[in-house]
Amino acid sequence: MSAVMCLTALAGWHCSGAFAAGPVNPAADAPAAPVGEGVKSNNELAAPDVPPAVEAHLLYLGKQYPDPPPLSLLDKVLTDDGVQGARVALKENNMTGRLIGQHHTLEEVRLPADQDIVAKAKSLLASGRRFIIADLEADDLLAVSDLPEAADAIILNARLSDDELRQENCRANVFHLSPSWAMRADALAQYMVWKKWRKWLLISGQGKKDVQYAAAIKRAATKFGNKIVEEKLYAYTAGSRRTDSGHQQIQTQMPLLTQTSTSYDVVFVADPEETFGDYLLYRTYEPRPVVGSHGLTAVGWHRSFEQYAGTQMQNRFERAANRTMTERDYYAWLAVRVFGEAVLRTASNDPAVLKRYMLSKEFEIAGFKGQGMTFRDWDQQLRQPILLSGPRALVSISPQDGFLHQKFQTDTLGVDRPETKCRMNK
Amino acid sequence: MMSKPLSPALIRFFMRRRLTAAVVMLASLMVAPVHAATIFVSNEKDNTVTVIDSTSLQVVKVIPTGQRPRGMVLTPDFKQLIVCIGDDNRLDIIDTEKLEVVGTLPSGPDPELVDIDSKGERIYVANEDDGMVTVLQRSDGKILAEIPVGVEPEGMAVSPDDKITVATSEQTSMAHIIDNSTLEVIANVLVDVRPRVAEFTRDGTHVWVSAEIGGTVSVIDAKTFKTVKKFGFEIPGVRPELIQPMGIRFSQDGKVAFIALSTASRLAVVDAATHEIKSYILTGQRPWHLALDPNGTKLYVVNGLTNDMTVIDVATLKPEKSIPVGRLPWGVMVKP
Repeated sequence: MSAVMCLTALAGWHCSGAFAAGPVNPAADAPAAPVGEGVKSNNELAAPDVPPAVEAHLLYLGKQYPDPPPLSLLDKVLTDDGVQGARVALKENNMTGRLIGQHHTLEEVRLPADQDIVAKAKSLLASGRRFIIADLEADDLLAVSDLPEAADAIILNARLSDDELRQENCRANVFHLSPSWAMRADALAQYMVWKKWRKWLLISGQGKKDVQYAAAIKRAATKFGNKIVEEKLYAYTAGSRRTDSGHQQIQTQMPLLTQTSTSYDVVFVADPEETFGDYLLYRTYEPRPVVGSHGLTAVGWHRSFEQYAGTQMQNRFERAANRTMTERDYYAWLAVRVFGEAVLRTASNDPAVLKRYMLSKEFEIAGFKGQGMTFRDWDQQLRQPILLSGPRALVSISPQDGFLHQKFQTDTLGVDRPETKCRMNK
Repeated sequence: MMSKPLSPALIRFFMRRRLTAAVVMLASLMVAPVHAATIFVSNEKDNTVTVIDSTSLQVVKVIPTGQRPRGMVLTPDFKQLIVCIGDDNRLDIIDTEKLEVVGTLPSGPDPELVDIDSKGERIYVANEDDGMVTVLQRSDGKILAEIPVGVEPEGMAVSPDDKITVATSEQTSMAHIIDNSTLEVIANVLVDVRPRVAEFTRDGTHVWVSAEIGGTVSVIDAKTFKTVKKFGFEIPGVRPELIQPMGIRFSQDGKVAFIALSTASRLAVVDAATHEIKSYILTGQRPWHLALDPNGTKLYVVNGLTNDMTVIDVATLKPEKSIPVGRLPWGVMVKP
């Protein structure tokens, strides 16, 4: 098979360099895989056609937080959300890698809710792990990224939309794949402008993420010249999603919640913590559409989306996981693909080389959105189109036509360079 | 369809009758060079192939096919059109005289693009959902090989001398060179992100590969498999991320390449030797694949979002006419 490598090398790509300079020593970066609770090594594609010249050891770092169950009984409560996407992407990286002498492994560390992920991460980092797909809540993400051992690691946030993590609490070793709340709210706001639905009734829950999303919606209203006619808080906590006569209470409660003195065009709901959002549909005081965390949603992935070869991704995922692909699966898939693309193009597993490449003009990642996606250098957020999807069908994709930007139209979504509060030491 | 030019006497007769404009138009139509090629357009969303007469530019028939027809190829004798039927995992065979589906062939899962060798014996299919190239014998549909390539194979081109086949894979961003005698991959050439179409130059010395997301075209030497040139496009007023090269065809003399730029709604005209961009031609929205009329004078480009086909004059590089076809037109082939 060395003929293959030789021919590929002739094509003028970096693999020749990897051979000429001697293979990167995997041993330096790959200690014996630590095996412990919740640790699983995924090496099923460990038989490449060409002996790997570059090995990359990826680490999926997650914790089984007590996530609120989805309000709709149609959405299953999942225990493998996210990691299934990473597994599919690992296979893709290795399908490509076997042709060019590269190999990726994926170590899955997903701790139960009562265990200390930071201590676990510290020991894994100390043993040489540098490429992390983070399925972590904000406190844990920050604690892991601030570990001295993580200083030269690359941590890809595949879970959180917190704007603070892209602003005051940005970190030089953290890249964000999931869109921020600001990007989501802006994506919807642009569509509202296009529809001329300019008057919004904002209703938010009282969870931490609800408050974050509500803040982003208020920002988007101002940014695009919309008006929030009234703001309401839904102050109940979530009960059981299964009750035998639940709809009766909801039916009387929701019209009251949405009754205002001023009329509005849409109800903008901020309830990512799943307390009441789905209950608003068809129950509002005025007959109005519901947008935000429920109704028309701004997401990175949805089962209704099949454009730009998305069909292939949906099919591939469903064959592998026996369920549909969630947004978190998609971003974990994309995270592993980002590492795959960076290793492929640089023929290196040196975190400094990969990071430089990921922030360079040469880097772009394809993710079924019809354009190459790149990282913003001011906060390391992935630029990306955002899907606007109803519960059962795709409605639109933002940015909307007519929202202009001097560099990237996708930078009309979220926090642009002049407004960033991120100051990172690179 | 043969027609004789109108005699000058006849024209004078009509002119006296004050039917000038209409008749002169009619006359010019009737004396136009008649070669009557047949254009086939696959409509991905309609599950049909639209058939258009190249002289009248009228739709002569809409042929129902299986689910999601996309890539197509004509057999070397032009008697059959082979159509990839993505959602039914098969190839439909259309008789180009009867204008109907007369049979099917196996294809492996989710066929997207297809090519055939110059003898008309072997068919090469990209299985987009499955990371494979399926090679089958045309006579009996026997599958000769399933060749693993990268993720999401799409482009498929058999070299003019039948010795190699180039497949592209979109997620892997490579052109895979398959030796047609051993049916094994002998080289993998890394190109820019999401390669879609591979097309050999007329002389067979190079293969051009378009990268949709990368926005570039790689020119690969067909002997050494070395990338000899990579070029992109710049169009004033069009955002770079909208410039997504897709279908590629060469002029009859091989000197000019026409490259569909998808979301840029244009066709690039490129000097095949120097790779210099000579001009851009406006088309409908999302021009996808294109085909050259066998007489070399016209180009037919299918536009996915505007459901039409643009006819472009090769000599003047001007779009001349737009013909409505089915929904989401995808591929186009022309039979002489």
